[in-house]
Amino acid sequence: MIWEIEIYNATVSYREHIALKNISLSISAGSLTAVVGPNGAGKTTLLTLINGLGKLQSGTVKIFGTPVNALNINRFRKEIGYVPQQMDIDPRMPISVYDIVMMGRYGKIGLFRYPRERDHAVVDNICELVNIGHLLEKPIGHLSGGEKQKVSIARALAQEPRILLLDEPTANLDPRAQCEITKLIERIYSQEKLTIMFVTHLLNHLPNFCTNALLLKNGHIVGSGRINEVFTKKLLSGVYDFKIEPPKMARGK
Amino acid sequence: MFEILQYHFIQRALVASILGGAICGIVGVWVVMMRIPFVGVAMSHAAFAGAIFGLLLHVNPLLTAIIFCLASTALIGPIADRGDVDPNISIGIIFSFVLGIAFLGMGMIKGPKTEALNFIWGNILIISAQDIFYLFIITLVVIAFLLLLYKEIQAVLFNRELARAIGLPETILFYCLLFLCGATVTINLNIIGGLLIFSLIVNPPSAAYQLTYKLKTMYVLSICFAIGSCLLGLFFSYIFNVPSGAVIIIASSVIFGLCLVLSPKRRVKKYEVSKT
Repeated sequence: MIWEIEIYNATVSYREHIALKNISLSISAGSLTAVVGPNGAGKTTLLTLINGLGKLQSGTVKIFGTPVNALNINRFRKEIGYVPQQMDIDPRMPISVYDIVMMGRYGKIGLFRYPRERDHAVVDNICELVNIGHLLEKPIGHLSGGEKQKVSIARALAQEPRILLLDEPTANLDPRAQCEITKLIERIYSQEKLTIMFVTHLLNHLPNFCTNALLLKNGHIVGSGRINEVFTKKLLSGVYDFKIEPPKMARGK
Repeated sequence: MFEILQYHFIQRALVASILGGAICGIVGVWVVMMRIPFVGVAMSHAAFAGAIFGLLLHVNPLLTAIIFCLASTALIGPIADRGDVDPNISIGIIFSFVLGIAFLGMGMIKGPKTEALNFIWGNILIISAQDIFYLFIITLVVIAFLLLLYKEIQAVLFNRELARAIGLPETILFYCLLFLCGATVTINLNIIGGLLIFSLIVNPPSAAYQLTYKLKTMYVLSICFAIGSCLLGLFFSYIFNVPSGAVIIIASSVIFGLCLVLSPKRRVKKYEVSKT
């Protein structure tokens, strides 16, 4: 098994609050993993630990088998697409959708260089995949929540990453937009064969192909592995302190 | 009318208006897009404090102004980043600190304080050829920085965390932007004045922000508005013998007011109810 992401005994704290407590996990190349848990469980912190935005207190993070440190993190970030939770954007912001998607290429283009033909071709292809071709000239602040999420995903894909991290990509969206984003993740996974980790609360609307799950509570990993092993009534009810039935998908697998 | 152009001090003032306006228009876009407008206030007062201590110590006030300004820049970024403090709060802390130092220095100056007060108000009509030379150098540096790192600056202006996530050296870029803001303020200290330079950095880009959804157009409009404000200030200052800095700021404020009123971004689409 080739491990794309390895975390050993990692602890992350924000002053008084310990967000992740001595966690260890390994994510295999080409897997699609759902990260689930109640609010404040440490899901976002886990994603930011992988792309180096979060500060590691102790422990080790390895990406593609290499320990990550302050000197090499920028190299790895270029290979990790990151879609944060929805950002507040000023509707008058003078930046277009195309500019935002192209921003994903900036790390790979390098300093002091301008986008070339290939960069524009990559962006055009990604915009077609994500189906935002009709939005490219619009100011980024004028989009709906679902459209902004698609643009954010397109920007992350424009990096041509090996790993894609999605932090609650369906949060605050209407049911149709949630469905579109879930289908988009399925399409990206089947076409691009990336290692994908995504945070979600929608247990009954997990993308097809999602075979693995990670269950977090209070900074601890409560369960990890195949969906039918993790999404059990006992584990889910214990994590949410609330009687919860496993999703249909888990029962079927 | 045009015979005034034959005077050397007018020629220098015109060049200073164009260079000073261009540079303030550019760094102003950074300050407004990053939503840290008070960085100009903190910088200008740090430069002012530095210039006063230069006078006290009998060294070139421009040199001490640059040192103070760059030192305050070097503090704002790390305080904001490492201390998990909002950049506006760290700017506020630096501002109050340098203001205290500036007043301390003013109190220590014996006799008339005319030279020190020049740094508050500035005077575009009495600048030297050396001032123009420094202004030219810093303008070249800022324009080169913008052209060479346009896309990286755009990413930092949009969202610092995102710029970091895509693999850009965001922290270094952010500090460079702050440093160049500081250098711009310092160089313009005796042209526009420490008290007023802040407005020339904030008003033109804020006016441009009202008119366009394209960053490149925002840069161009901001530069035009800043240069226009400087030229208007120079004109009225010469004709009516009034303080140039004050007129420059009033002109830039009026331009902002007009842009705000005429802004297409404020238009509200009306919904017409069908009569059928």
